[in-house]
Amino acid sequence: MNLRSSVILVTAILIAAATGIVVVAQDHTHEKSASSTQAQNNIPSSSVTAGFTSQTLFQPPAERNMPDDEFGKTIKHGQEIFENTKNIAPQYVGNASNLRCSSCHLDAGRLANSAPLWAAYVSYPSYRSKNKHVNTYAERLQGCFKYSMNGKAPPLGDPVLVALESYSYWLASGAPIDPKIPGRGYPPVSHPLAGDYRRGQQVYEQHCALCHGADGAGQTDARNQANFPALWGAKSFNWGAGMSSIKNAAGFIKANMPLGLGGSLSDQEAWDVATFMDSHERPQDPRFNGSIAQTRAQHHDSADELYGVVVNGHLLGQGIVAAKPDSGGEKQ
Amino acid sequence: MNLARADGAAIALRGNKRGVPACISCHGAHGEGMPANGYPRLAGLNAGYLETQLEAFANGQRVNAMMAPVAQTLNADERAAVAKYYAALNNPPDPKKMLAPTDSAGARLATQGRWSQNLPACTQCHGAMGVGVGASFPALAGQSSLYIENQLRAWQQATRAPGPLGLMKVIASKLSAADIQELAAYFSALPANNSTRKGSP
Repeated sequence: MNLRSSVILVTAILIAAATGIVVVAQDHTHEKSASSTQAQNNIPSSSVTAGFTSQTLFQPPAERNMPDDEFGKTIKHGQEIFENTKNIAPQYVGNASNLRCSSCHLDAGRLANSAPLWAAYVSYPSYRSKNKHVNTYAERLQGCFKYSMNGKAPPLGDPVLVALESYSYWLASGAPIDPKIPGRGYPPVSHPLAGDYRRGQQVYEQHCALCHGADGAGQTDARNQANFPALWGAKSFNWGAGMSSIKNAAGFIKANMPLGLGGSLSDQEAWDVATFMDSHERPQDPRFNGSIAQTRAQHHDSADELYGVVVNGHLLGQGIVAAKPDSGGEKQ
Repeated sequence: MNLARADGAAIALRGNKRGVPACISCHGAHGEGMPANGYPRLAGLNAGYLETQLEAFANGQRVNAMMAPVAQTLNADERAAVAKYYAALNNPPDPKKMLAPTDSAGARLATQGRWSQNLPACTQCHGAMGVGVGASFPALAGQSSLYIENQLRAWQQATRAPGPLGLMKVIASKLSAADIQELAAYFSALPANNSTRKGSP
């Protein structure tokens, strides 16, 4: 172990120790309220998230307080779709995709600074520059399927959307309608230096490849079920997904990666490794209009996006012909 | 590559001529372990994982009075061969093993984690139902509960090296004694079934 990773480890342990103290207090609160009402569980409490930022955060209701009725069944179904997307809603997930909703929204959509569902729910309807009109929450969910899951948008009113919206609504019980609710999305990350592929590659090899694989294709478990999500290549999100923006990806990575060690990378490391990740080919943007340059001008005109940019001699944005489901190790 | 390849089955069943005892004397005739003594199941575990652990016993990264001399007396070829032998063994079916309860404290911690403490779910890395992922995240399903408890405590007490990214030391530091018991009970009750093919990274 080199000095630098020792420092990171020690830092992580110190953070863990500090976090532990907070959590002991929290757990006591939870014990006392175990039989109390859902509303009491929603009282915001001071919390440390991802080990590096401290703020007052909304607390979604505990799972045990899910309603035990017909509505509760739909809420539960939404949670199941969220955690097991490919098996329960295969018709809306790309054939090769090995992602699930909870790949990017940790703790089943509960975790602050990991784009929690409760924060998203209270932020819509909202105007989005991405499609230049006011989006309902259901339309926002459609976007996740179309881009992040590289699949098809469930039609409005589809039971999959109804279940996911119900689950989100329930998680948001007691939250104010507020698009600025703390914990929404991924926290912004600074980057004193421009993102660098080589530095990012080093970060990737040291901190990410263990789970996501040297080829970025993720890993299956011993029963060949998708486990760690693909970060690029045919099994990953497509060029239209939020994660193909370095800014978004760096925010998620900084707050949440590696799993259980969130906050351990520096802002610059997170930015560099996001740059490295988004410098690889992935499935085509479904809005592709026949020209990479025009599609970039229309949908990716940002310094934080590498679609249509030449990296290492490769023009990004060519897309990938989808491989067979769960086939291994494809290269662009 | 050594032309005289070591015979993993022979080591497992009879040991070697330099004093290594037969693995089966502690790990069971079929690699099922001796759960009550905390001797772990080896059958069906990932070969790369098993080999890495033998190296760790040999070089002291895992402190274990019984395994250290064994691992040190096996050469690299023998360690690889015996790891392959056990990885290829199918776990004998155990009709007593039912699916573990999904609503116990151990089940919740194993499958949901405790994110208020930045503690991921065990299954996020060790696979659904603890079936294991690759060479770095061993199967936990059907493992000896005492063994699982001993390992989590070993990370807490630094008698087992922190492992890849130091993850397990950080994770173990967030577990109470009760958490450890609950988790071990949950995973040990899951069926160790590797009848489907091994995953590839």
